[in-house]
Amino acid sequence: MSLELFLFLVFAAVAAVSGILMITRSEVVMAALFLILNLASLAGLYLLLNAQFIAVVQVIVYAGAIMVLFLFVIMLLRPEHEKIVTKISGIRTFAFIIAALVFVQLAYVILKSHPGSALNSDVTASVNAGTVESIGTELYTNYILPFEAAGFLLLAATIGAVVLAKRKFE
Amino acid sequence: MLYSIEEFYSILPFIILSTGILISVLIEMYSSKSEKILPWFSIIIFSAAGFYSLLTVNSMSVIMQGMLQTGGIPNIFHFVFNFGAAITCLLSVDYIKKYGAFFGEYYILIQISVLGMMCMAGAKDLFMIFIGLEVMSVSFYALAGMNRKRLNANEASLKYFLLGAFATGFVVYGIALIYGAAHSTSIDVITASFPAMSGNVIFLAGVLLFLIGFSFKIAAFPFHMWVPDVYQGSATTIAGLFSTGGKAAAFSAIIASLAPLFAGSVHVFMPYLAVISVLSMLFGSIVAISQNNIKRMLAYSSIAHAGYMIIGLAAGNHAGIAGIVFYLTAYTFMNLGAFGIVSLIEGNGETNLDLNSYAGLSEKNPMLALLLSVFMFALAGLPPFAGFFGKYYVFISAVKGNITWLAIVGVISSAISVYFYIRIVVLMYFRDSQSGFTIKNSSAGMLAVIISFMLVILLGIIPGSVINLISSFLN
Repeated sequence: MSLELFLFLVFAAVAAVSGILMITRSEVVMAALFLILNLASLAGLYLLLNAQFIAVVQVIVYAGAIMVLFLFVIMLLRPEHEKIVTKISGIRTFAFIIAALVFVQLAYVILKSHPGSALNSDVTASVNAGTVESIGTELYTNYILPFEAAGFLLLAATIGAVVLAKRKFE
Repeated sequence: MLYSIEEFYSILPFIILSTGILISVLIEMYSSKSEKILPWFSIIIFSAAGFYSLLTVNSMSVIMQGMLQTGGIPNIFHFVFNFGAAITCLLSVDYIKKYGAFFGEYYILIQISVLGMMCMAGAKDLFMIFIGLEVMSVSFYALAGMNRKRLNANEASLKYFLLGAFATGFVVYGIALIYGAAHSTSIDVITASFPAMSGNVIFLAGVLLFLIGFSFKIAAFPFHMWVPDVYQGSATTIAGLFSTGGKAAAFSAIIASLAPLFAGSVHVFMPYLAVISVLSMLFGSIVAISQNNIKRMLAYSSIAHAGYMIIGLAAGNHAGIAGIVFYLTAYTFMNLGAFGIVSLIEGNGETNLDLNSYAGLSEKNPMLALLLSVFMFALAGLPPFAGFFGKYYVFISAVKGNITWLAIVGVISSAISVYFYIRIVVLMYFRDSQSGFTIKNSSAGMLAVIISFMLVILLGIIPGSVINLISSFLN
């Protein structure tokens, strides 16, 4: 067993187990902490795919910033004092159907794309494509227009949030 | 990156608008009278970008490393978005004081939403469509809930946000599947490989999800549930922008991404489009009859209009695409005019919105009654006005595309819809007024309505040359 396969199995197992633990916890804080573990192990999987930059961003943004936001919201809302909402009937069946659909579709895509055929074709190119330099070059040349448009997306979100939350109304 | 001065000229409408947005933010920050300056500043920016797009409509090019297409159909859409937004700003000058959202950010958000629409119309890459869609939608969610003190507005904003995010999920999943099958997000590459992909389940599922996501945004039948509540809850001028700019932008994205595909002989999505078209037309027209609130009535009428436009997509030929572009142009101005008059008549605190408020309007304000009658005739699709030609071109394209039955359903649905449009005209001219409210004068709002009126008449007089111009870009 190669080191890569071993690491993949470890990260994948941690991701799957923490995912299941996350949705079965009744305490919200525990669920949020398992989500952090899940996101961190996904970052490990990205690293194995030679996407170093994405892996770092995953840790900083998802496992870091967004999770802090989650925990703050949980802390401010104090959901442990809330009564548990009565379960909506049929939502579990619906969730199972959607999950099954996604699973079948993913399995179809993965089996159809002949796993292994494209592996190890050009490792150096793959490693280089995942660096900050190459992503930055792509962003500021070929993808400059979507990049600028994304800036306006953030501006719209900021202005919208500030207006809705801060404005005084008579 | 820009490589030449020609590229700079092609992208100038985008530069005008985005510079305008940044200047508006500065005005909002440093001026205490920003809510008085910004409407006029926005109108100048929108007019500049809109007219420039119309002037350069003949210089076609693909710029920004194959991300953006300018000239031709995208420029016609740029004109429609910018001019529609300018009319919305003109209507808002007096209206938002009444509504209680009298501050400058309102106009900045309208500007940003128009920038998003323009990205969608000119997209040559699925990235641009997605980001443009998000820029537009995020501004719209905030605009819908502009007055935090109103429960209706909160409900509208939240509903729009949740269902809009759901629809965006469909679009992204669709794009992911398309990318997985075609190995590219470039629209040219995808459409070129379409004949080879027409048996690929993943690719077809991706395009179908993409279409379903946009069916939400154009407010077609099974995905329409947010429309009446959002239009009723948000400010009337903003509802006008949602129903015209938002719908036109979603159609422009479908046309930009799938138009080459519809022109081919393979058209596997015809059944889906035909079904949602029939359902939207009939549902919109029939449910609108039972509405008592004029904003809800216009919301259901906008669902029906989405149905008529989808006929053009289902027809799958160039005539259909040209018909949709013409229809959207006409619909934008007649619907903005109708919403404009509703906003002029609306009183403080969302009063005067039920149909009975319109009884006897011809005596109270003959000018408004006349203009609203014209917009109602145009929306109903009666001959001398722009709305008739929009429907005519779309129905003709269906006949050319060998789906005559769809055109017949469209005609039946138009006949049903005449009832609720003409009912307002009858109320205004043949009933006595029951409530004694007065209509506040608003010269800016009046000007906006008159500009829409003139455009509706103009498009009704010269439909032939407009449709010839649009068709010339498709061949």
